[in-house]
Order: sequence, then structure tokens, then C-alpha cells
Amino acid sequence: MRSSHRTKQPTEQPTELLRDVALVCLAGGIVGVSFGAIAVAGGLPVWVPVVMSLIVYAGSAQFSAVGVLLAGGGPLAAAATGLLLNTRTAAYSLAVADVLGRGRLARFLGAHLVTDETVAFALAQPDPLRRRTAFWVSGIGLFTTWNMSVLAGALAGGALGDTARYGLDAAFPAVLVALVLPALRADKRVRRAALPGAAVALAVAPVVPAGVPVLAALSGLAALYRRKGAA
Amino acid sequence: MTATFVMILALAAGTYAFRLVGPVLHGRVDISPRLQDLLSTGAVVLLVALLATGALTEGGHFAGWARPAGVLVGGLLAWRRAPFAVVVLAAAGATALLRAAGVA
Repeated sequence: MRSSHRTKQPTEQPTELLRDVALVCLAGGIVGVSFGAIAVAGGLPVWVPVVMSLIVYAGSAQFSAVGVLLAGGGPLAAAATGLLLNTRTAAYSLAVADVLGRGRLARFLGAHLVTDETVAFALAQPDPLRRRTAFWVSGIGLFTTWNMSVLAGALAGGALGDTARYGLDAAFPAVLVALVLPALRADKRVRRAALPGAAVALAVAPVVPAGVPVLAALSGLAALYRRKGAA
Repeated sequence: MTATFVMILALAAGTYAFRLVGPVLHGRVDISPRLQDLLSTGAVVLLVALLATGALTEGGHFAGWARPAGVLVGGLLAWRRAPFAVVVLAAAGATALLRAAGVA
């Protein structure tokens, strides 16, 4: 007992998971309020951000699609930008395919909950059971808070004024930093692929359409094979 | 408005199709542990690229200093293992303060 006091007790883990999920939900809620508010303050009707959040359910794609609409880019460009950004969810869904569960219903419902946050949450867990629990608890929690907060933000709309004033655009990248840090800390190979990948994404960002930079980052995976020679 | 609704439907259907790739292929295609490892690493590579471009760029241009500075504050707190809410509120708060002080 004494020697293992730094090890987490099994009974503590559900509480810890719930606490972490609640905090990520809070963060997602802040981003959701700003999404709803930005959309409505920009002149879109309340149902646009609300319906989009329910059936698209992908924060960055929603921001981009609404951004294109508000900039006068038209529905086709808005859909194309959002879809391009969401191609990464195909890779995510492959990464967590065995996490969702065996049943047909679990897989079809779980697929809709595959987001940046739930995947990062699941992959941060050390074993399959905790990965599954983390995915579902964070998935259901985030889906609920995201949609409620988008509705709240949309109803508040213009009353919030210029949302850039609150610095909310820094919230989503900061959430991602907190979520990927455990994976980056734990695995040197992941760092060796992710850091050059991010550099590639930043380098091409000024010259390619939205969504492409993130996909270009996958070239960083080549770093995993370089040093092994005949990989 | 109809065009906007169709756009949302198309985006929703396409996104769900991407999300089904994993669950539909799972069990039908044999995914080796090595490929699974590559996919997990790929997911982190995508997340890091997303946060880097999200922190530094806006519509393909530099997002200004206030946002990356706020994300950096959040990142340092995350590195010190601060709770999520602290990370997020500090990131937004730092960016908001910088903007209030006239930093774009």
C-alpha cells in the first residue's frame, strides 16, 4: 500500500474521468456559446447554428462553414470547406474503431460522436476498457453541452457583442494542447511525427484551401520510418 | 434559406460518412497492430497540426499575436498539469487582455 500510494486507486478512476470530462465539456461549452453567437450576430437565423450543431457536430467545420457563409462564399463553398476539414474524422474513426463497442447500434451512434476531443480523450487512456468508457462518457457529455451551449449562444446572439473581445478564439486550440500533451509526452515517436507535420501544415496554410494544411501534416508520419532504414 | 439547409444536410451526410469509415471497416478488414499504431499516431499528428494552424492562422493568414500568445499561456499551464478549465479560461483571458491593451 505504502509503496503504491502514487498509483491511482481503481475506485478513484471513474471520479477522475468524470471530472476531466466535465472540464473539457465546460471548455467546449465556452467555444459553443461563441459559435452560436458569432453565427447569429453575423446575420444567420437561429436555426442554422442549432441544426448544424446537432447533425454535423464538428466544431471546426461548423466555424469554417459559417465563416464562408458570412463572408458571402455561398453554400457550395461552405459545404466543401467543412467536408475537407472533416476528412480527418475518417482517420480518427479508424483509430478508435475498436473503442466504440461491438454492437451495431454502438458503432452507428458512436460514429457520430467521433470528434477531435473524444478521440484525444480515448487515446490518452492506458487500456481498452478505459478507452471505451472515456470515449462514451466524453462523447455523450460533449454532445449534450455543445448543443445546449450553441443554442444559448445563438439566442444571446448580438447581445454578446464582438466575441473576439473575450479571446474565445484561443479556447479551442488551448483545449487541443491540453488533450494531446499526454500523448506527446509519453511517446518520442509521436513527437517525431507530429512536430514536423505541424510545421508542414503551417508552411502550406497561406497557399492552399482550408482543411488541406491539416491533411498535409500526415506527411510527418514519414519520420517514423526514416531512421529504421528498411521499414 | 433552402440552399443553406441543403448545405447543412450535405455537410452532415458527408461528415457522418467519414465517421463511419472506421466502424464499417472494423472486423471486415484485418488491421494489424502496426497499422493500428500508425492510425493512432496519425490522429495525434492531425490534432497537433489542427491546434498549430488554429492558434497561428485565420483564413490562411497570420491570426495576429493575441491568439497564439493566449494559446501559449494555456499550453504552459497544461504542461504544468493545470485543470482543463484553468487552461481554457487562462488562454481566452490572456488573449482578451492583450486585445484590450491594443494587441491584435
